[in-house]
Amino acid sequence: MSARERTLPPDARPASNFRPTAETLALLREKARFVRLETIRLIEVAKVGHYSSVFSAAEIFAALYYDVMDINHGDPRRPDRDRFLMGKGHAAVGLFPILAEFGYIDRETLDNYTRLGNPLGDHPDMRKVPGIDFSSGSIGHALSAGLGMALGGRMQKRSFDVFVMLGDGEMQEGQVWEAAISAAHHKASNLIAIIDRNGFQLDGAVDDVMGIEPLDEKWRAFGWEVHTVDGHDLDALTTLLRQVKADEARTKPCCIIARTLKGKGVSYMETEPGWHLGYLDPSDAARAVEEIMNRTI
Amino acid sequence: MNRPLSPNSWQYRELNAKTPGLSHLSDALISLVEAGEPVVAGSADLQYSNGLNKFAERYPDRYIQFGISEQNMVTAAAGLATTGLKPYVATFASFLGLLCCEQIRMDVAYCAQPVRLIGHHTGISLGFYGTSHHATEDIATMRAIADLTVVSPADGPQLAAAIKASADYPEPIYFRIGRGREPDVYPLDTPFTFGKAIEHMVGDEITIIACGMTVHPALEAARTLNAQGHSVGVVDMPTIKPLDRAAILAAAARSKVLMSVEEHNVLGGLGSAIAEVLTDEGAPVRLVRHGIHDEYSLIAPPTHLYAHYRLDAAGIAEVARGAMGIRKAA
Repeated sequence: MSARERTLPPDARPASNFRPTAETLALLREKARFVRLETIRLIEVAKVGHYSSVFSAAEIFAALYYDVMDINHGDPRRPDRDRFLMGKGHAAVGLFPILAEFGYIDRETLDNYTRLGNPLGDHPDMRKVPGIDFSSGSIGHALSAGLGMALGGRMQKRSFDVFVMLGDGEMQEGQVWEAAISAAHHKASNLIAIIDRNGFQLDGAVDDVMGIEPLDEKWRAFGWEVHTVDGHDLDALTTLLRQVKADEARTKPCCIIARTLKGKGVSYMETEPGWHLGYLDPSDAARAVEEIMNRTI
Repeated sequence: MNRPLSPNSWQYRELNAKTPGLSHLSDALISLVEAGEPVVAGSADLQYSNGLNKFAERYPDRYIQFGISEQNMVTAAAGLATTGLKPYVATFASFLGLLCCEQIRMDVAYCAQPVRLIGHHTGISLGFYGTSHHATEDIATMRAIADLTVVSPADGPQLAAAIKASADYPEPIYFRIGRGREPDVYPLDTPFTFGKAIEHMVGDEITIIACGMTVHPALEAARTLNAQGHSVGVVDMPTIKPLDRAAILAAAARSKVLMSVEEHNVLGGLGSAIAEVLTDEGAPVRLVRHGIHDEYSLIAPPTHLYAHYRLDAAGIAEVARGAMGIRKAA
C-alpha cells in the first residue's frame, strides 16, 4: 500500500492530532442538521420514507462528506476519489441533498425527488445520479462491491479509500460475511466499513428480530480491525475516521461500529421504534423541524 | 496468494489435460492482457475445473481467488469494473446463473458494469455430479435480465474468439460454456460477432437452430439426414441475447419446420426465444423445441445423458425425423 499517500488540508490535521477544530465541529453539526431538515423536506414530496434511518446516520454523512473523504473536487467521476457505498440504501434521501450542495445534482431534480422520471428514489442509482458510487437496494451486497473497488484501486496503485455504510440489520445477510472473510484474506486495508448500529429494523429491534451480538467480536474474529464509537459524537467520530483513513501501517480492513439512535434528533422518533418507515404529517413535521433547529447534537 | 497444486496432482493431469476446450479461456484472457487490456480474472475455488489456474500462474497480480463465495465474487467483480478494470469471473453455470442471479441483476447489469460472467460446465455436462450441478435454467434467468448479453459458444475456438471480441463490448456478458471436451466445430481464430447467427447448412424441410455443445451433434445429425435424401439446414445461434431475429426469420421463410436444440429446459431457453420472434412476426412456421422437457435431469455419465435426452447426433436426427413428419397446423 505504498501508494496510499494523500493530500491533507494544511490547517486541520497535524499528524499528531486528528481532532477537528471547534470551527470544523460547528460546520459538521450544521451539515448534520441540514441532512435531517432536507430529509423531512424531501420525504414530504414522496409522503413516505426512512426518516429515522437517515437521522441515525446524519453525523456519519456529515463527517465523511464534509471532512474525511477526499471527494469534493467538482468531479464525481475522478478516478482517485474516495468511494462511498450504502448497504442501507434506504437512507439515500439523506445523501442526495449533500450531492446537490456539491453541485452533482441540480436543485430542480432534488426538489422533484421520487416524482415520475426523476433519478432520485428511495435507493441510490449510480447510473442516474452523479456522485453515487454504487447502486443499492438489495441489502447485503455493498461490502462486496466495496471490496471489488478496494482491490481494483490497489491493483492500479490508486490511493483512494472505500467507505461502506452498513445497517445493523444488514448483518443478518450472508453475503456480508462472505465479503468480510474475503476482505481480510486479501488484506484490503483501504476498505472501511461503518456499521450504523441504531438497533432497529423494519420488524422491530434487531436483537429481537435476529440477534447479531457480539458484533465487535464477530468482526475481529473475521480478521478486521474493529473500533466502536458514539456515532453522534462528531468530535470522536471525525477523529476516529481521520485516524483510520490516515493509518498507512494497517494491513487489515477496518470496521467501525457506530453506536447510534434510530431517529436521533427528533424525540418522539427516538422513543418510538416504529419509525423505520413512515410519514410526518405537516404538524408532526413542524414539531420535528423545530426540535432539529433547537437541539445541539 | 495463489499457490498452485503440483503438476502431478489429479487436478492437473485429469481436469486440465482432458478439457482442452477450457484452456482456451485462459489463453484468450492471457492474449487480452498481452494486448494491453486491463483484464482481471476471478474464480471461486474452481480454477482447475475452468482452467484459470493457467492465467493465475501467468498473471498472479491480475487474478483473484474468491474461495467458495460466488455471490461475493460477482458483486466484487462489479466493484472492480467501476475502477476501470475488465473482470472475467468464472464458476459452474448452475451457481452463476441461479445462485448469483440477483447479484448479476443488481450489481452487474443494473449498474451497467462490463463484467464478463463465465458459467462453465453448463447443461447436463456434469453428469453424475447430479442435479445440483446441472444448469438447465440459466438461459432463462440470464436472458430475462435487461442490458445483459447472453452467449453460448459451440466449442473452445468459438469461446476464445468471443472472449477476445468481448474486450471492448460495452455491455456485461454471460458466457454459457461446456466442460471443455466438446469436439471443435470451428478452426481457431474464426472471427466472432456478437448478435450474429452462423448458417452452416441450408434446408427446405427443416432448419435446426442450435447453441453451445449441441451445435456439433446437430451438424452431424444434419449430415446423416441429408445423406438419406432429406433437406436439413443448421444454424448456430451463439448469441442468445440479443437474438439474430433476421436469421430466424430467414430460416422460417425457407423451411417448413424449425427445430431448436439446446442443453437446457425447453421453457425459457433458446427455443422460447425463437418462439417469441416467430410469434412477434407472425411467421407461419412450425417450431419444435428440443431439449430437457421441464424435468430434473437424471444422474449418469454425460455421454449417457446426452443419449438419453436425445441430444447426441443420433438423438437429434431422430427428433428431427419426427419433426419433419409434422404437418403445419390446419
